[in-house]
This record gives sequence, structure tokens and C-alpha cells, in this order.
Amino acid sequence: MTPGPPTNSILMSTGNLARRRLAGRCFSFLVAGCAYCTIAILAVLIIQILGKGFPLLTWDFISSFPSRKAEDAGIKAALWGTFWLMSLTMAIATPVGIAAAIYLEEFARKGKLSTFIEVNISNLAGVPSIIYGILGLALFVRAFQLDRSLIAGALTMALLILPVVIISAREAIRSVPSSLREASFGLGATRWQTTWNVVLPSAFPGIMTGLILSTSRAIGETAPLIMIGALTYIAFTPRGPMDAYTAMPIQVYDWASRPQPEFQVNAAAGIVVLMAILLMLNGVAIWLRHRSSKKAH
Amino acid sequence: MGKLIIGFLVASAFLSVFTTFGIIVVLVRESIPFFSTIPLDEFLFGTKWFPLAAQPSFGVLPLVAGTAHIVIGSAFIGLPLGLGSAIYLSEYASPRMRSILKPFLELLAGIPTVVYGFFALTFVTPLLRNVFPSIQVFNSLSAAIVVGIMILPTVASLCEDALRAVPRQLRDGGYALGATKYEVTSSIVVPGALSGIMASFILAISRAIGETMAVTLAAGGTANLSFNMLDGVQTMTAFIVSVSLGDTPRGTIGYQTIFAVALLLFVITLGLNLLSNRILKRYRESYE
Repeated sequence: MTPGPPTNSILMSTGNLARRRLAGRCFSFLVAGCAYCTIAILAVLIIQILGKGFPLLTWDFISSFPSRKAEDAGIKAALWGTFWLMSLTMAIATPVGIAAAIYLEEFARKGKLSTFIEVNISNLAGVPSIIYGILGLALFVRAFQLDRSLIAGALTMALLILPVVIISAREAIRSVPSSLREASFGLGATRWQTTWNVVLPSAFPGIMTGLILSTSRAIGETAPLIMIGALTYIAFTPRGPMDAYTAMPIQVYDWASRPQPEFQVNAAAGIVVLMAILLMLNGVAIWLRHRSSKKAH
Repeated sequence: MGKLIIGFLVASAFLSVFTTFGIIVVLVRESIPFFSTIPLDEFLFGTKWFPLAAQPSFGVLPLVAGTAHIVIGSAFIGLPLGLGSAIYLSEYASPRMRSILKPFLELLAGIPTVVYGFFALTFVTPLLRNVFPSIQVFNSLSAAIVVGIMILPTVASLCEDALRAVPRQLRDGGYALGATKYEVTSSIVVPGALSGIMASFILAISRAIGETMAVTLAAGGTANLSFNMLDGVQTMTAFIVSVSLGDTPRGTIGYQTIFAVALLLFVITLGLNLLSNRILKRYRESYE
């Protein structure tokens, strides 16, 4: 099928211009309504959760460990756990993801093999996150005997976000104009020297934006962490990558799934902290993108 | 030095292949013991799912039905709203409106699924109770609604790409024939982008199937083959979470079921993703 204009439906609808204009106006209101709906949903969601969690949003909540009493329970262990987990995850996923993107964009010959890898990466991006949790459970927790440690969680999360990191890094590298590369080759630079000195610095803002958005995706991931056993009572902050941990979304899930209504307040307050971090990360990403698009013009 | 660097680059690119390979090996190897006791047809077509009962029964259809509740319900919300937003963004919105709306969509896409689950449990279900007084605390309707909200940004951004890829000349041709903007949009632009729109729908459905935390929190944990969306259901993903949180001993058949269910989940989502990619590739070729 080649897409083209199916003209007959237009030709048939001539006549009665006023009615056609009215239909057009109704349609434009309809689609605008759909788009503004997203803002309304977001507003309701944020107001609801802020309203529920507000009474608990004190420094005590951020600086207390979990507790059996709802009003004493805080998010300190989860906050530190998430901080550790994300740092380790990005330390693993960043070099590997950028390297894979460089290979696919700058070095690989276009052929069956690179197409295979590309299809494979885009499929991995669509695998449900809980499946990564099962992979992490079998591979890192059991086969590598890393148990319920931070490093097992970070390795699982790194595999989970790698496709997104690679895809966004590739886009950033692809948008570097080829005239820059050719100028560098013209000066006698090798392919790697060109990549390192010309392509990467020029793609840097785009790569950073992708990394920040991947982090904000990973911070909220809950299912894989539950699979690898991060849902336990933890009343300390981790000291190293082999320590046990809990993370913010896990703590929120734990509170939200309890039958006692007072823990719902804790869940809401935990969500507010989590969303504040996410908003900050997204804000930085938008600012970076805005700045680099200004430079390009 | 150069060889070392190239080696690292190649290894990184191939890591994705090993990941896929690892997922397949783990799922297949761990579900072999399960399928050597339970015949495949009993698993796929059985209508009773009591894997942890004293008299266990391993028909996966109730879990598939639970997932179907979520998919169908979320499709009714996420697909039309997503497509509508995409049409507005690509055809009607001024550049200024676009630059305001796009970050909102990205933000909506970035909200963790556990937050949506909490929202369903504490806001959507009480709201629905005003309309349906018989609704359960855990019900598939509120879970489906939040999953619909969750897939909306995916649909909107992929559909917008597809609509914007329709060449300008086709639109101008429509205007030259005297068509109104609505007629150009509905009879030229949307049909021209149809394969991209279809691809985004399939991808969104695959997202909804794999969704875990919102359905675990809001849809409940009872696997029943029901057609009533006011009742609680258990999805495939929610079952995996419930067993992994429970105290089922490793090595028992009850524990092995999570790998069998996960294998089924993987096969379904992989099939849908491959289909979506194939459709998308065809449409890319047609305009370049």
C-alpha cells in the first residue's frame, strides 16, 4: 500500500460549506480538549498527592528511618538507597551505553549484523521491566551470588535502562553534522581521534539530556527491584555497594499496599519527595536541551 | 590502545545481544521443570488458576483475562486521547502552545507507575464509587484508567512523529481542492500516517500488558475469569510480584510458575514489539 490522498471523499463532500466549517470547528475543539486533558490529569494527580502527603512533609520525615508507627516512619533509608542505587547504575550504564552508541554510529559497517543489533536494542526497550527483574534474580542474585546487595540492583537497573541510553546517545551523535567529521579527517585524524575530539564534545549536551532522562526513568522503577528482593525492612543507610538497601519507590509501594489508612499519608509524602527529585531532573534536562538548541541557531 | 578501545566499543554493542540471550535462557531453563509436569495445553487453555492451593490447578486463562481487562480498558482511554493530542500538537497547536504542552506530556510519561497505582487506589476508585456503588476496593476499572493515562504520552509522541512525517505537499493538494482543515486532517493526514499510528497503538498495548505496579496496587490479587470490571482481577505481572513477595519456597512447582508466566508475558510483548517495528519500518520507507 502506498499512502496517498484518498481524494474521492473530499470531492464528494463539496457543498454546504457552513456545515463543513462547523464540523471542522467541533473537531478542533475535540483534539484541543484531548491535549489539555493531559494538563488537567497532571494537575489533579499532583494536587491530590500533595494534599494527602502535606501534613507529614517535615524534616523529620526525610531524616527518619522506617517504623511500625506511621507517624514516626520516614524515608531516610530509602532516600540514601535510591541515591546509591542510581549512582552505581549510571556509573555502569553511562560508559557502556555511550560506547555502544559510538560503535553503532561511527564504526559499525551498515549491514546485517548492525541491523540485527539495532532491532535487538529496540526490542529490549519494549521488554517489560519485571522481566529484567527475573533476569537479575537468576543472574546477579543467584548465579553471581551477589544476594540482595546494591550492586545486584544496580546491574539489573543498568541492563534495564541501557536500551534507552543507547538510543538517545545515538540520536545525539547522529545529529553532529558530518562536515565536522570530514574536517577532522581532512586534518589527518584517525576515526577514534575524530570521535573523541570532535564528535563527542559536539554531541555532549544531547547525550547528557538522554542520560538525565534515563535516570529519571530508572528512579521510579519498582517491579524489577521487588523481584530481586529489595523489599525488606532496612533501618540503616548503605555504606558500600555490597550492602542491603531499600529504594524510594519500594518504600512507597510498601506503605501504599498496607491496609492501615494512616500509612497512605506516608505513601503520599514519599511520592512528593520522589516527584520533587524527578521534576528537578526533568527541569535540568529541558534547560540543557533549550540551551543547546539556542546555540545551534 | 586503539584495539583496546574498539574492543570495548564492540563488546558494549554486543552486550544488548547477550541481554536478550540471557532473558531467553533464564526464562526457558527455569520453566522447563514446570512444563515437564504440567502439559502446555493445560497451562494455556485451563480456566482455573490456583497454583499455590493444596489441590493446585494451573490454567493461565484467568491471568490472561485479567491482563485483557487492563489492555482493553486502557486502550479505550489512552489511544483516542493520545491520538487526539497528537493531532492537536501536529496540526492545530501554535508553536508556542506546542512548546508548553510537550514538557507536560514528557512529565506525564516520567511519573513512576507506583505513583499511578497509589492514585488509582486513593483517588480513582473512591471517585468511581459515586457512579458504581457496588465497586470493589480492588477493581480492574480504576487500574485500567490509570494505565490508560500512562500509555497516553507514548501514543501522543509516536503519533505526532507519524503525522508530522506526512509531506506538506499532500496537505496543500487537499487545500487546493477546496477541502477544509478538518477534511485535510481526517482524509489526508491521518490516513497517510496510519501505519505509524497503528505501530504506536501496538506498542502502547504491549506497554499496558507489561505494566506491573499500578495493576498490582489497584487491581488486586484474585485471579478470576470475570467480565466485570468492577471486580478485582490478577494480571500476569501482578501474579509474578505476589509470588515473589510471598513465602513460596524456591524449587517448588508453585514457585516455578512465575517463570512460566513470565515466559508467556515475554513471548506476547516481544511478538507485539516486533509487529510494531515491522509496520513502522514500512511506513518510514514509503516517504523517503
